[in-house]
Amino acid sequence: MAMSQTKPATAKGAAPAADIAVSVRNVSKNYDDVQALKDLSLDFPRGELTSLLGPSGCGKTTLLKIIAGLLPQSAGQIEVDGKTVTGPGPDRAFVFQDFALLPWANVLRNVAFGLELRGVAKSEREAIAEKYIREVGLAGFEKSFPHQLSGGMRQRVGLARALSVDAQVLLLDEPFSAVDEQTRRKFQEDLLALVANEQKTFIFVTHSIEEAVYVSDQIAILLPRPSRVSEIIRPSSFRNKGVDNIRRDPEYLDIVDQIWASLRSYVE
Amino acid sequence: MILFGRRLPAMSSLLIWAALWEVIGRLDLTFFVPPVSAVFATLFQLIQTVAFQNALSTTAYAFVLGVFFAIVIGIPVGILMGKTRILDELLLPWVNIFLSAPLTALVPVLMVLFGFGTKTIVITTALFAIWIIILNARAGVMQINRSLVEMGRSFGASPLQAFFKIYFWAALPEILGGVRIGFIRAVKGVIIGQLLVSIVGFGALFELYSSNFLMEEFWAVLIVLFTLAFSISEFLGYLERKFSYYAASR
Repeated sequence: MAMSQTKPATAKGAAPAADIAVSVRNVSKNYDDVQALKDLSLDFPRGELTSLLGPSGCGKTTLLKIIAGLLPQSAGQIEVDGKTVTGPGPDRAFVFQDFALLPWANVLRNVAFGLELRGVAKSEREAIAEKYIREVGLAGFEKSFPHQLSGGMRQRVGLARALSVDAQVLLLDEPFSAVDEQTRRKFQEDLLALVANEQKTFIFVTHSIEEAVYVSDQIAILLPRPSRVSEIIRPSSFRNKGVDNIRRDPEYLDIVDQIWASLRSYVE
Repeated sequence: MILFGRRLPAMSSLLIWAALWEVIGRLDLTFFVPPVSAVFATLFQLIQTVAFQNALSTTAYAFVLGVFFAIVIGIPVGILMGKTRILDELLLPWVNIFLSAPLTALVPVLMVLFGFGTKTIVITTALFAIWIIILNARAGVMQINRSLVEMGRSFGASPLQAFFKIYFWAALPEILGGVRIGFIRAVKGVIIGQLLVSIVGFGALFELYSSNFLMEEFWAVLIVLFTLAFSISEFLGYLERKFSYYAASR
């Protein structure tokens, strides 16, 4: 474990304040009598991918939707670039677990839909959409409809839609959980390339330990009932060794084991 | 249907019934059932008469107007009910009451309120069609995928954009189903209106032929009416199937 920094959740401010893209401050969320999130604070460094990882029911999707402005928090606040979040905004884009594509619209219109809602002219938004369709590897499928695509391809459409609105922060809610294992691995590799190429901040919800360690610059472990951040792990050494070497890197394997050790007692 | 290894065209069962009708008619059992061949002969003479064409245009006018209002009011109301909890709680009991109420009994009240003219017939037609259109649009919106709604919100859709770009299209297969049934109910509505409110259009023809025991003419008009209603319903059913390919993947 010598190569990775593991620090307790309470120690904040390790990174300079200017580099924090999204900041969650003392957020609580109650559903009627149930406390889903309790006094949760977490910083998301700019240009990095942070995973929210935890057992099911730990409130990671709830936290993501609060950051997106889709759910109101009961207490505390969210800041994106120092501005307090009061609802959805153009600085954040969401990638949905079940893709959330318009079934009656083709790939081109689906990818351009975020821009369409913003009133961008048709020729302009379609040019942007075509660029991102190529970027996610769907060139040639512009005129296809979602029901003609595989699950993996549908999620690429969802990803291209989120990219094309050029938001600073991408929120991904278990984006690969509905695609098959091989597609998923390809996605993870592509995601790493995306994080490296796009100057964006990624917040990534997953329930897969291996996936979180593979793709993340920073992993926040959430423990349930009520949820709080129990641990923040920053893998340090294997990120630059190439996508093919990560899974047999000793640090990668150590972190996976360490996370499992801390989560196993919460899994029934 | 497949008979002796051959696919029969749709509605070919009607030929059997037509043959039976012809036989009963020729047997001269009752004045009420003239032979179907005679009915069709009358039909072709009838549709060339000015009286028939006037009746057709009067009825079509009231019908189209009534259905138009039922659709233009019914679809938005249904979508809003599906979207907004409080509106749903307020309106749903009324929609259900009017859906099952014997609307014919209400027609005299409408005559008191709106007079004896075309206006009342149009309102009667709309009242027959609108409730099922509302209910179907509502049902279509209620089964919309939650994440599609969240997607709209997260990408900044205004309420109007959400309505026209997401809710309407998501509910379209159900909306078309409601419109199709609404059309069929509107056929009933317009004839009942023309019989009860003021004796005009097809209603007047029915009244005239049945009270004078002109059964060939009576059946001829009924067949015209059935054919019109059936074609509209089949066309809307075709549209419905065309749009429902995506219903499973919403």
